[in-house]
Amino acid sequence: MASSRAIRSGAGRDPHAPVTNLVLLRLLVSARLRSQLAYRGSFLSDVAGQVLLGLTEFVELYAIVHNVSSFGGMTFAQTLLVFGLASVAFALGDLLLGETDSMSETIRSGKLEVLLVRPLPVLLQLATSDFQLRRVGRLIFALAALAAALLFADVTWDPVKVLLALITPLAGAAIFCALFLGAGAMQFWILDGRQFANAFTYGGRYVASMPGAALFFPIQIFFTFVIPATLVAYAPSLVILGLDGPAGIPAWTGWLGLPAAVALSGLMLLLWRAAIKKYTGAGG
Amino acid sequence: MPIIDVEELSREFQVMEPAGRFRRRKKTVHAVRGIDFSVEPGEAVGYIGANGAGKSTTIKMLTGVLVPSSGRVTVCGFNPVPQRKALARKIGVVFGQRSQLWWDLPLQDSYPILGAMHRMPEADWKPRFRELAEQMDLEEFLSTPVRQLSLGQRMRGEVAAALLHRPELVILDEPTIGLDMISKEKLRQFLDAERRENGTTLLLTTHDMSDIQRLCQRVLVVDDGAIAYDGPLTGLADVAGAVRTMVVDLAAPVHSADLFALPDGAVHEGIEAEGIRHSVSFDPRRLSAAAVLAAISSTAEVADLSLHEPDIEHLVRQLYGRARR
Repeated sequence: MASSRAIRSGAGRDPHAPVTNLVLLRLLVSARLRSQLAYRGSFLSDVAGQVLLGLTEFVELYAIVHNVSSFGGMTFAQTLLVFGLASVAFALGDLLLGETDSMSETIRSGKLEVLLVRPLPVLLQLATSDFQLRRVGRLIFALAALAAALLFADVTWDPVKVLLALITPLAGAAIFCALFLGAGAMQFWILDGRQFANAFTYGGRYVASMPGAALFFPIQIFFTFVIPATLVAYAPSLVILGLDGPAGIPAWTGWLGLPAAVALSGLMLLLWRAAIKKYTGAGG
Repeated sequence: MPIIDVEELSREFQVMEPAGRFRRRKKTVHAVRGIDFSVEPGEAVGYIGANGAGKSTTIKMLTGVLVPSSGRVTVCGFNPVPQRKALARKIGVVFGQRSQLWWDLPLQDSYPILGAMHRMPEADWKPRFRELAEQMDLEEFLSTPVRQLSLGQRMRGEVAAALLHRPELVILDEPTIGLDMISKEKLRQFLDAERRENGTTLLLTTHDMSDIQRLCQRVLVVDDGAIAYDGPLTGLADVAGAVRTMVVDLAAPVHSADLFALPDGAVHEGIEAEGIRHSVSFDPRRLSAAAVLAAISSTAEVADLSLHEPDIEHLVRQLYGRARR
């Protein structure tokens, strides 16, 4: 429509303004946020629960490091850096695509069909319909842990390390998003695959938040080059802290986070498309 | 050009069935087998059949949720699965059992989002929303969260949601299931008006035969994946040999059915209320209701009467029986 395009302006209130992707996204996300706030009590207890969960993980880590004084060749503050980076990455991934791990439920209840008859990609609808604000509790705790780690770990900063420290949580988030996406896609084939899928997502988080040197050598290789969990936090931490890595995770892998995130996301998107095609019976 | 064009459409599924203690065997189930039909713009078509007859499978293939195993399907000029998103802008779908509204938000909050999904500027969706809200009496519960709405209220909200983007074709899967009489009637009136005023094509599956009677000029009956009947509702009655029933209340009781001199083709079915209420069934192709009434009136004074149309569910069952034989 020529007339409506002519009136287009920066003002979001213009009733004739065409609907941009940004406007749509804002509407979807704000609807989700308001939905969550509809149950105030449950929301607050969820947030508190998520903080507590993060705290438990932290205590577990502390208990180990406190008793062995060095965990996989790292001091407590250095371990905390790995933990903080991994937690921030996981919290972001979980915030965006965390609910794809209940994909089997979405399929079984028929909700997927409702999403399929709308003129929007299913993935976008899922990401916004499951934007779990309560997961913010986890993110808050993760950021606090990361801040503390950066304060206590003796890092000799240079521009390159600063850059890596900025990229790492984002690349890590993308890796977890990809893992969640894969976990969701998997459930199109294995309808009861939620537990199996959790092994990759929550299992990946567990591996990501501990010093990789503490792992058995073949496991190091597997979680670095197959499922890139150690690339989320441990490998970049080696570079930031100026440490040498174990045999399976050399320090140069610290720079592999971003390429791994891109490659894994691409692969998982393909898997997701195949999954949707499988559902509609269009092959795959 | 037809809005729905289906040719030799088939869909089969592979299911595993137990064969022995541990082994399982692959078995092919033919959900839809080679159906043909087309629907012109502005038509209202009822798509009926028993559970498992292939109704939902057909609907899934029409809406782009499922790829046909073979055959051709065109909806609004699109090939549904590859062009799913383009098609989604032209059609509205109401799944009676599943909600497309935002469950935890007030009803009115769903519409701006749906409008934006269909890329409708505010100046476009808002007047349409006002119109729908008024016609469907949504105003009083617009600020109620969807999860707190009654089923009837929610269904009206769902239909409004499916119609917001002025679809050319509306597909309704069991839209009146579980609704009370008033809600059903409101919904039917609205859908009928929408079709008359905007030329919207309607395709609905239902178990409630009065939906079909009120809304559809044409019925498609599917049985075991194949079309058993395609034509007007009255024709369905002809095919299946339907009988109408006249129920009369007499001014004074008559205790014996034999007292009535009923014409050929009319059968006295029973006496109720101590001789006051009598029901008589008759074949509408051979007798008019007036002839039956005249015959009864010649014996006793009729105080009140009602006429019952053939029960379509019963007709469909008869039709299946014939096709199977």
